[in-house]
Amino acid sequence: MTKKEYGIVIVSHIEELAEGVVRLLKEAARDVSITCAGGTDEGEVGTSFEKISSAISENSADKLLAFYDLGSAKMNLEMAMEITEKQVHLMDTALVESAYTAAALIQADAPFEEIIDQLKPLKIK
Amino acid sequence: MLTTENTVKWLILFAGKVNEQKVYLSELDSAIGDGDHGTNMARGTKDMEEKLKEEEYATVQDVFKKASMSLLSKIGGASGPLYGSALMAMAKQAGKDEKDIAAILKAGLEGIQKRGKAVPGEKTMVDVWVPVIEALECGNLTKETIQEAVNQTKDMKATKGRASYLGERSIGHLDPGAVSSGYFFEAMLERGILND
Repeated sequence: MTKKEYGIVIVSHIEELAEGVVRLLKEAARDVSITCAGGTDEGEVGTSFEKISSAISENSADKLLAFYDLGSAKMNLEMAMEITEKQVHLMDTALVESAYTAAALIQADAPFEEIIDQLKPLKIK
Repeated sequence: MLTTENTVKWLILFAGKVNEQKVYLSELDSAIGDGDHGTNMARGTKDMEEKLKEEEYATVQDVFKKASMSLLSKIGGASGPLYGSALMAMAKQAGKDEKDIAAILKAGLEGIQKRGKAVPGEKTMVDVWVPVIEALECGNLTKETIQEAVNQTKDMKATKGRASYLGERSIGHLDPGAVSSGYFFEAMLERGILND
């Protein structure tokens, strides 16, 4: 397995939703490091700054594309981005479709600019 | 003027108000959001209260910082990063000048706006913070000013936050974040922060 330069972080209000998206992405991206943070620390609906920070640090890549579901996930993501040394690109795109696209393109060694270009039409937030 | 004692008391009173009204806050949130504002705020402020009681603080900055971390990590909803950012910014400003409460609240408002990108008129907590700070600077902040600020969110159409998904249908409901921010400022008044 060759380690890819870019990894993916999925943030959702629901633990199963985040894990489900990861499972879907793995279908197209076996060699991409994909981590997720779903739900609050108590496993309830919401997002957790601490869980997101762990998802970022546990990802084996230093350059990450981060996808999220709803607005408050974005705020927690932004706070986590402020404290990490990693390069995290926050994507305001449709969660499932764009994360899948990005995963497939990273797996296929597409350059970063091309990935960003392909995700542009999926920007909805 | 803020002291470590009155700041701790203020925040604990805020926690008390939120916990008393947690059902009401969640009801408001059920109408235009996801119905968890009361439970989330109660969980966060309860943790904050426990942490604040655990130790003695040397500075007001330390008090706000401790409170900020509790709210950020325990609230869970959008209010976590918002209140967390507010108190973190207030901590920073208190580190520069503990006396100027208006400057501290202003820093808090900037923290909220930096995080949530909301401006006045979007039916959010910003619609309470802005008029409260203005009144405070003019020396006429009362409980009524706070109430008025909270109530005017009722007729606004939400364009930020979860309620914005409802568009026009958000009109006619109070914004839950505005209401909880109202408790924050009422607690400040009731603890006599402005008279100390």
